[in-house]
Parts: sequence; structure tokens; C-alpha cells
Amino acid sequence: MTTITDVPEAVPALRKLIAPRWNNWPGALVVFVIGTALAIALLEPKFSFWVSAALAVLFAATVVANAWGRYTGGLLVAPALALLFVMNIFPLLWSFGLSFFNYRSNRARAPTWVGLENYQKVLTDPDIWDRLHNTIILVLMTVTTQMVVGFLLALLFSKQFPLRRYLLILVLTPMMLSYVAVGAFFRYYYDPTFGLLSQAVRLFTGHPFILMNTVWGSRIGIVFVDAWMWSPFVMLLVLAGLVSVPKYLYEAAAIDRVPKWRQFVSITFPYIRGLLLLALLFRTIEAFKLFDLVFLLTNGGPGTATETIALKVYRVAFENNRTSESTALAYILLFTVIVLTNLYLYFANQRAREVAAP
Amino acid sequence: MTDLAQDVAGARPAPVARALRIRRVRFGGAASGVGHAGWGRTIAAAIVSFIYFFPVFWIILTAFKTYEDALAVPAKFFFTPTLENFVQVFNRSFSAGAQAQNTGFTLYFFNSLFISGVSVLLALAIGAMAAFGFSRYPLKGNDTYLFMILTTRMLPAIVVIIPIFIMFRVTGLAGTYAGIIGLYTVFNLPFAIWMMKSFFDELSPDVEDAARIDGSSDVRVFFKICLPQVWAGLAATAVFGLILTWNEFLFALLLSGVETRTVPVAMSQTIGGDIGVRWGLLAAIETLFLVPVIIVTFALQNQLLRGVTFGTIKR
Repeated sequence: MTTITDVPEAVPALRKLIAPRWNNWPGALVVFVIGTALAIALLEPKFSFWVSAALAVLFAATVVANAWGRYTGGLLVAPALALLFVMNIFPLLWSFGLSFFNYRSNRARAPTWVGLENYQKVLTDPDIWDRLHNTIILVLMTVTTQMVVGFLLALLFSKQFPLRRYLLILVLTPMMLSYVAVGAFFRYYYDPTFGLLSQAVRLFTGHPFILMNTVWGSRIGIVFVDAWMWSPFVMLLVLAGLVSVPKYLYEAAAIDRVPKWRQFVSITFPYIRGLLLLALLFRTIEAFKLFDLVFLLTNGGPGTATETIALKVYRVAFENNRTSESTALAYILLFTVIVLTNLYLYFANQRAREVAAP
Repeated sequence: MTDLAQDVAGARPAPVARALRIRRVRFGGAASGVGHAGWGRTIAAAIVSFIYFFPVFWIILTAFKTYEDALAVPAKFFFTPTLENFVQVFNRSFSAGAQAQNTGFTLYFFNSLFISGVSVLLALAIGAMAAFGFSRYPLKGNDTYLFMILTTRMLPAIVVIIPIFIMFRVTGLAGTYAGIIGLYTVFNLPFAIWMMKSFFDELSPDVEDAARIDGSSDVRVFFKICLPQVWAGLAATAVFGLILTWNEFLFALLLSGVETRTVPVAMSQTIGGDIGVRWGLLAAIETLFLVPVIIVTFALQNQLLRGVTFGTIKR
């Protein structure tokens, strides 16, 4: 009995599915899935990619035609989300899958399933723990320096004085420069014979000074450059906090003869606390990913003393071609950054509410 | 429709006033509430600024030095400037006495400009649209999407590049303009979305509601009411995107071919390459590379805070 009543209902549904209309997105989806499967089965990877891309565009067009005028918000957001998915999320998921296989990008052999072996290899490798150790030392050094120097800079620039605007922009310039160019010219400054640093030291000691040949020397060399570039960033955030303090609070405190340090602790600090935290998180995230500067300035040397975890991933992936092992390592880095980003956004939202409230 | 936008803007000068107020407060104008300091502070700040700017200044100076002057010990502050280095960036002989030939830097500078220009325009178009969507049509799960979008921007480039490198090799996109432009578009997209969202959030929705009541479609509201009010924001986002892309190194290192190489990659390859210790020449490349960024930074200073925090902190 049921089949007799079902068939007439199924026919219009099928007819709807093959109707050549622009808003027929289920039909386009079916074409996309079948077409892609056929293309992958029959064609070379290079061509099947373009075939499936064309079919995906067709599918996207039908979805747009269907949603036009009805789901405006979704329609506006969709292209961005689709692009991010194709170029960011999908590759990441794919590499997550790859981390369970044994795969080398310079060999033609197909990937073989190895389960958690890559993670085991990475987590028990003393080299990795050493690089993690290097990274953490660099992060601690550079973030502390940036916070302290940036804070002092902000105090210096917190009051109005002649030419302030122009001097401020000179301080803010390094932040916008490229790590590559900066790394290249600090190689010149750190050069044992011709570098300014060596020459300055020689004035006092009479000997040329090679900063980058000791472990701590090269660490300081990197931290100096990074702090030079990014302490203005901390300054910018702290300044934003300092100028948001209402003037009457200081006036009231002055009437009550509250000492300066007490004014700072009770009035100023609460206004900049949130921003200090944001600066700290933001800079920690960025410092954790430190790659370009180390790559250009020391290339991890001397030995592997300044090889950061990002540089190690680069070496494993593109110099040793142990691709799947590098993806396992990359995921450890990824996890840290996601946690930190989550914290950053939480506090940023909190601050946005605080600013909007009064 | 433009008439309506003008009428509305005339009747409600809020965006302009708001822009001016932001300008005054950003670095603490007269109303900063922290008080004044005299010329003494100027002198202290000048010393600090000089220290901060000195490395850049010295590179620009070195770019005008001859080979001997750049290697002089002790370093020379006063010398006869030469433009030789800037000529040699583009055209020089690679061995003594040989014919001068093109170094390829004309192409690399063109590539940097072309790739960052196109990708920023694309990212801006898609990003502004998405930002408007996120700002005006609060859907369920928007916060999750926004978090995801910002996270993709914060991710270490090295993590993202491994799968993309393989993908590009399989699809034949590696080393092509299309590939690197596509990648940079996505790289700029999270920034564009967050930045533009922060500008759209600041607009008052009253005008849009009025226009809607008068029968404007969503498309018209977007193009005729909202976009004209955020021109400054669009410009700032574009310029920040340009700087980010112009400076980007790792993606370009791994994914650009000989024909699509950008300046940072070419620069990193000249270090320790045929240039050796010709610091003047290297400094000239760096000067040509950095000076546009420095000039733009001057123009952008009022938006700097928002720009460097991806629009998450406005004031």
C-alpha cells in the first residue's frame, strides 16, 4: 500500500531536483558531489581540482539565487566564510588527518596509516622539548622587555607637550616595518667588523665584539630587535588607557592631597589594567609564532640555541620533508595559539563592554 | 538615492563629529585629562624618539654611501652621498668588468605591488560585505564565526602553510599569481572583516532604518547609506592590509615562483648571496622597500591602535 502512495509523491520531488532553475540548489549539490567524485576517479588531480572548483561555483550560484532577498545576513557573510573554509579550515583539517599518516611530500609513495605514532615521536623527541624551551625563553624575555619599555614609553608620552605628535610617530614607525628588512639591517648592525654595535664596544674595550656567537648573546640580539619593533605597540595600548582616565579624579585626589604613587595605584592603574592584559596576550601570541626574524637574523644559531618551535616546524616540513611529523608538531603550536586567542578575545570583549558602559 | 544620503548626512552630522572626536582623543589632545608638560618633556621624548628611529635612519643613510664608505671603520656620519646604489638595485654587473644586466628587482617590486594591491581589493570587497552582515544581521552563532575568523588570522603561518603547500603543488597553483593572490586574499580577510566590523558598529542604525521605511532595499542601504559613512575606515583597512601583505614573508617564500617572487623573498635571498657585504646596495633595497611604509604610517597614525589590534580595540 505504501509504495503506491509514495511513488506519485516521489516523482514531483525528483522533477524538482532536475529542474534547470537558478535557485535549484539541491540539484546543483547532487551534480557537484557526483561530478567531483567522477572527476577524482577519472582525471588527473590537476584537472579534477578545476572541474570540482567549477561545479562548486555552480552550487554556490544556486545557493545565492535561492537565498537572495530572504537571508540577507547569511548571504553577506557566506562568501567570506566559504573562502576561509576552503583556504584555511579545510587545509587545517586535512593536515590534522595527515598527522595520523606517514607521509613525505618529496616521495611519491601513498600515505600509510600510523595512528598516533607521529605525536608519540614528536612528544618524546628531546629536540622538540629543547626548541620549546628556546621558544619559551625568547617569549618570556621579549614580552617582559616589551611590556616594561612600552609602559615607560607610554608614561613619557602621556602628557601633552610641544611636538608630541611628531615624536610619537617616529617611535611608532618600527611596528609597521617588515621583519625581513629589519632582520637584514640588524645583521649589519651586529656585524663583528663593520657593525655599529661592535664599533661602539670597541671604543671602550679595544676588541671587536661578536654578539651573535654566544647563546645568550644571540638571544639578547633577537629580543632587542623584537622589543624595539613591538614595545611601541604596548605603548599605544597603554596610552589609550591613560587618556581615558577622567581628569576630575586627579583633581579630587589633589584636593585630598593623595600622594602621586597612590594616585597611580588607585586611579590610573585600574584604567590601564585591562589594556595591559590585552597587550600581554597579543604579544605572547605573536612572540610564540616568531619565525621571520629568527630565520633572517640567526637562522636558529649558534647551534640550535635560538631555534624556535616555528622554525623547527619549517625545518621538519620543508628541509627534512617529514611532512606528517611536522603537522603533528604544528598542531601543538596551533593548540597553544588558539587557547591564547580565546583568552584575548574574552578580555577584549570585556573591555569593549567597560568602555561602552559609562 | 545620493540625495537621500546627503540629506540624511546633513541633518545628522554625527559621523563627522564622531570622527573628529576620535581624532582629538586618540593620542590625547587638549582634552586628554592627563595634563601638560613643557619643553623639558619634549627634549626627553626627542632623545627617545631618536633612539627608536635611529636604526631606520642609519639604513637610509647607508643607502647613499659608496661601497668604501659603508664599510668604513669607524662609521662615517658625514660623506659625499651617491645614488649609485639605487641604480645598482635594478641594473648592475654581477662580476668585475661584465656588462650590467637587469637584477629582476623591477619585476619583484611590481609583483609586490600587484599581488598586495589585487588581494587587498578582493579582501576588502568580500570583507566589507561580511562585516556588514555580522554587524547588522545578528544571527545565532555569529560570535562563534567571528572567533573562528580571528583565530585563523592569529594562527602561526607555518601551521597553515604545510597543507596549503601540498594543495598548491597538486593543483598547479604554486608559483602562479592566482595562487598567491588567492592566499593573500584569505590572509587579509579576517583582518578586513574585524576592522570593517568595528567601523560599521560605530554607525547609528537610525539612518538605515529611515531609509528602509522609505522603501530602500538592503543593497541600496549598504551602498548608499553605510559605505559613504565608512570611507575613512575602508581606506584605513586597505592601507593596513597593503602593509601586512607587502611585509609578508613566509607564504611568499614557499609559494612564489621565479616570476612571481616578491621583494621580501628576493631581499632575503640577496643576503649572503651575490651582494655579500655590499651593505650600501642592501640598504638601498631596504630603503625602497621601507620608505612607502613609513610614509603611510604617518598618514595612518589616527587609526594605528585599531589597525594593529585588528579592530578589537577601538579606544
